[in-house]
Amino acid sequence: MPRSVKKGPYIDEKLLLKVEGMNAKGEKKVIKSWARSSTIPPEFVGHTIAVHNGNKFVPVYITENMVGHKLGEFSPTRLFRGHGGKLADKRTRPR
Amino acid sequence: MARIAGVDLPRNKRIQIALTYIYGIGNSRAPRILEAAGVDPDVRTQDLTEEDVSRLRREIETNYKVEGALRTEKSMNIKRIMDIGSYRGIRHRRGLPVRGQRTKTNARTHKGKRRAIAGKKKPPRK
Repeated sequence: MPRSVKKGPYIDEKLLLKVEGMNAKGEKKVIKSWARSSTIPPEFVGHTIAVHNGNKFVPVYITENMVGHKLGEFSPTRLFRGHGGKLADKRTRPR
Repeated sequence: MARIAGVDLPRNKRIQIALTYIYGIGNSRAPRILEAAGVDPDVRTQDLTEEDVSRLRREIETNYKVEGALRTEKSMNIKRIMDIGSYRGIRHRRGLPVRGQRTKTNARTHKGKRRAIAGKKKPPRK
């Protein structure tokens, strides 16, 4: 069930304000944010936002393709280390 | 013999059903296409006139994305969410269900055939 069109996308207001301020000044800083449910508007493109995943902030560099998705989609909340003992060692090794 | 969008339609079926053999046309689109093209849905494919077929072909080509083009679009959409590193993209990459289904059991459609786990013994049958 998608959100009502009448309301428009949910964008965290404070975060948008901060980003617009930075756009006006032309500076680029990493912003920490807990607003995982916020949709990414086109204004965010080119910024890096550190999105909280419940444990730490995951830096997310916003590209054009990400517009319309939510910030939380890029900051996974679960860490899967694999099943079992010896086998798990093999699996967690980077491929 | 009707050949639309690179697919041979089954000869002995009603055209409304036959159209659903095209990827991208199902039970919802088939009647709509037939109405727009002004073709009787109850006619068998083999009984269609050349003119009917060409009207259907034109209708489908101009208004719908079917077969190869549709498959390409679908895989491009999946590739896009994989490339931007979103949660859904990661689930696609790992071959796990994408829309929040449980994975403790089931989910075999996306995960594929069961893989044996080394060292796991089958419980003895009674």
